[in-house]
Amino acid sequence: MINTLETKITRDPSGKKLIVTREFNAPLEKVWRAWTESSLLDEWWAPRPYKTETKSMDFKTGGRWLYVMVSPQGEQHFCKVSFKSIEPQKSFTAVDSFCDENGNDSGIAPSMHWYTRFQTAGDGTLVTVEVSFDSAADLEKIVEMGFQQGFTMAHGNLDELLAKY
Amino acid sequence: MVMIARRDVFQAIADPTRRTILSLLLAQAMTPNALAEHFNSSRQAVSKHVSVLADCGLVRQEQSGREIYYHLNTQKMKEIDAWLEPFRKLWEGRFGQLDTLLDKLKKQ
Repeated sequence: MINTLETKITRDPSGKKLIVTREFNAPLEKVWRAWTESSLLDEWWAPRPYKTETKSMDFKTGGRWLYVMVSPQGEQHFCKVSFKSIEPQKSFTAVDSFCDENGNDSGIAPSMHWYTRFQTAGDGTLVTVEVSFDSAADLEKIVEMGFQQGFTMAHGNLDELLAKY
Repeated sequence: MVMIARRDVFQAIADPTRRTILSLLLAQAMTPNALAEHFNSSRQAVSKHVSVLADCGLVRQEQSGREIYYHLNTQKMKEIDAWLEPFRKLWEGRFGQLDTLLDKLKKQ
């Protein structure tokens, strides 16, 4: 099967916002569930080789999703997503930040503001994620961390490959 | 050859001040003075950073009347979008996993 689904990332001229768009071959209702139910989020949210483990989930305005990203070495990073507004089957806004096991901000990385929208597109669903930061400097810091994470991921995949032989 | 050109761009953007300069010029062309106002460092220090960016073709200077304006070279900006590559990879990896999950959900 040829994968024609392309992830597009553009930068807003303000320098403070990234816009990520992607189509999925599934009806909106299922895509919405995958983004908002913790048991489903646990299956895909963490970039490999990390795994997601939900600690608590309260998907409602003012509620939050507290989860841990676990590295193959067992290293844990606590994160939380605080939900600010929810329009069922349409969109939600949230703030994503690193925290401690009690959900207190750890400040090791800039907070990200999410505005995630879901639209039916033919048989599939178009998801648009606007990730904005308090400043252009914050965006740069995250991109820098992305570099590191990119390397970590590459190493993880290499480990996996080596394990096969 | 391509590798060498690329590395230059990466070196240029490895510095946070230079990345800020690019972000500012992304919004609009600026005179050296206007640009320097955004930084605590001296005007000389800022123009040194600009010349690194100019060396690898990311920024060009244009005379307009009595003023010099720094412009972003938008063509070269495509190359600099490479700095978003790891970010894109992260999302692509994540979305690939979501595709698998959605396939499972559809079969339920």
